[in-house]
Amino acid sequence: MRRRDQRLMMIGAAGAVLVGAIALTLVGLRDSVVYFVAPSELADKAEPGQRLRLGGLVVDGTVRRGEDGAVYFAVTDGAVQVDVRYDGILPDLFREGQGVVAEGRWTPGEAFQAERVLAKHDETYMPREVAEALKQRGEWKGDEAP
Amino acid sequence: MIAEIGGYAAALALALCLALGLLGVTGTKRDSRIGAVTAAAQAASALMALSFACLIALFVRSDFSAEVVAANSHTDKPLIYKIAGAWGNHEGSMLLWCLVSATFGAILATLRGSQAKGLWVRAIGVQGLVTAGALIYTLFLSNPFARLDPAPMQGSGLNPLLQDPALAAHPPLLYLGYVGLSVPFSMAMAALLEGRADQAWAKTLRPWTLAAWTFLTLGIGLGSYWAYYELGWGGWWFWDPVENASFMPWLVAAALVHSAIVTERRGSLAGWTILLAIMGFGLALLGTFLVRSGVLTSVHAFAVDPERGIAVLVLLFVALGAGFGLYALRAQKLAQPAGFAAMSRESMLVWNNFGLAVAAAVVLIGTLYPMIVEAAGGGLISVGPPFFNLTVVPLLGLLFLLMPFGPLLTWRVADMRSAFRRLAPAMALAIATFAVALALSRWRLVPAVGLSLGVWLVAGGVSYLVIRARRGAGGAAKVLALPLAAWAMAIAHVGAGVLTIGAMAETAFRSEQAVVLAANESIDFAGRRITLLNVGHVEGGNFSATRASFRVERPGDARTLVAEKRFYPTSPMPTSEVGILSDWGGDLYVALGEAERERPGAWSVRLYRNPLVQFIFIGAGLMAVGGLLSLTALWRRRMETGQ
Repeated sequence: MRRRDQRLMMIGAAGAVLVGAIALTLVGLRDSVVYFVAPSELADKAEPGQRLRLGGLVVDGTVRRGEDGAVYFAVTDGAVQVDVRYDGILPDLFREGQGVVAEGRWTPGEAFQAERVLAKHDETYMPREVAEALKQRGEWKGDEAP
Repeated sequence: MIAEIGGYAAALALALCLALGLLGVTGTKRDSRIGAVTAAAQAASALMALSFACLIALFVRSDFSAEVVAANSHTDKPLIYKIAGAWGNHEGSMLLWCLVSATFGAILATLRGSQAKGLWVRAIGVQGLVTAGALIYTLFLSNPFARLDPAPMQGSGLNPLLQDPALAAHPPLLYLGYVGLSVPFSMAMAALLEGRADQAWAKTLRPWTLAAWTFLTLGIGLGSYWAYYELGWGGWWFWDPVENASFMPWLVAAALVHSAIVTERRGSLAGWTILLAIMGFGLALLGTFLVRSGVLTSVHAFAVDPERGIAVLVLLFVALGAGFGLYALRAQKLAQPAGFAAMSRESMLVWNNFGLAVAAAVVLIGTLYPMIVEAAGGGLISVGPPFFNLTVVPLLGLLFLLMPFGPLLTWRVADMRSAFRRLAPAMALAIATFAVALALSRWRLVPAVGLSLGVWLVAGGVSYLVIRARRGAGGAAKVLALPLAAWAMAIAHVGAGVLTIGAMAETAFRSEQAVVLAANESIDFAGRRITLLNVGHVEGGNFSATRASFRVERPGDARTLVAEKRFYPTSPMPTSEVGILSDWGGDLYVALGEAERERPGAWSVRLYRNPLVQFIFIGAGLMAVGGLLSLTALWRRRMETGQ
């Protein structure tokens, strides 16, 4: 093979890999991005079966274990309260009255099916999405924390 | 008093770094000026050591009149964690950054290596400016020596999650890696300023890059191991923005380790090597920005302060602007590359670089995309594992496919057919793995491909050693007598394979179950019978814990396992100490949940079976060992040639 052909071959192969990587990136950004919603936006924004992150405060006194073994709790942003069902162990930092992000899917008329529950990781840290949602609703009181 | 000494020492180091930066960057051949520059670099490093020692002393003495100590320490903490507390917070970790940068500057000033004098002096100068930039940021925006008046009686403690040996070592190792990339950056800038990047320059660049990459590997590996056993989620890598922030420089450093070989041996790719060095340090700074600014939701966002984030961003723009600007002006002055064929050692290393750079770019896009969307008013989003699994994993797979070929090819032009023939046994093994994995996993393609790629890398690394040993007289038995460099490369590549096997097995075949158990109740899980024996209360040094004991029975084997939930009086939040039982096939991983409200005496428990998970950490360890051996080999060569 002549040198020029070899160079063309390498550039061609590199181009093919690059096109593949760009295509996968675009598909990934279209399909596997997870949107964050506050409880009051859920009904408007959620499409059935779409993965979402639901953030808000855990409502006091709502955490209970269902007969199916799953954990149920309600999340609020001060305006709307949404029931969440989670089939697993809540993280150490999960507390009633504290911020939480539940990632999962929602079907109208049913509880939000969480596949993952993220609680804040230390006492001075609140998931930023939750803070934004609470600020928008005027429910923010995080700045007084130590 | 101690705090003031520390502050003054750091300020003096800043003045020295600025001076040596200006003297060094302008370049000189006069020995008197070179002597002044190197002496200043060494003095700055000694001053930073003194400054950091002062900070540690403040923590050890629990001097709560210092603001960082009051905010991050407590008299009840064990000594080792008081010391680790010095860098377990934002201000202290920035001072550590400066210390490491100044120390590397001093080493650079002491060990010239094989590079030309002009390049060397300018590199010391740029490194001085890098340290000065970091010191300005630290002293003016996050001063670790700020006083608190009146001093509180007691500190507010360290986050108990961080009271852990792996996590005490994680930040310094990561910083050695991040900041280690500043030296290749300084050397690249020197090459652009001087208008030359020759083979002798690349020869000095290699050990620095290798060292930075090795530290990054260790730091990331340790962080991942900590997340695995401490967070209690059973996972080891979450594609969290801050994990990505360390993974991107790692990818670029890995590319740089390989491109520097080409520049050293063949004199080609010098421009690309320089560009990689600039980007590597740029990504390390971006990593610092992502961690410090708290722009992204993350475990690590402990200093949520936009002003500091913007300052790091300014430093990033200055470094990258100077780097890319100089590159645009000077790159064409560099030596012309020597040619090579499409099938050659060079081309394989180019493919390695191409794959790693594209992977780093994709991780960068995925990490920054949420910020871009939010800034454009598109709402809050998160880009998680599905994105990275879809994009980065296939790219790395492609890279791994080619990896065993590289070391077997000759420079300039290589005989591909002979490489295929020599790798035939490895290939057969990989194909057999694919078939077996496909059948055992009931036709799941991705894990089968992944596992066979892992086996391909391991077999390829071993084949390389055997083939090289066979080349001379004495046959395969001579494998132990091979040069250290050959072993180092093979071990690092085998490590990548071992990690791949572990990652694939763990991701594809792990099982988990959440159960509620009272004392003496059992559950059958992953071929084991697990019985909760009792739940009791224990007192630790500065915490109290709820401890659950389990009996784990398999035919012919019974063992006990303990999982805890710890409560630190300094923190309102409990932490998990998971119970792990390891065997050859993987880990049984048990996390204790909450006491059941409706059923007194019963506890929620989460059980995981993580197959081959230890391969992940062993693989990362092997890669780091490969890096260390390679460094040793370079050091020995240096001693022998007397340069």
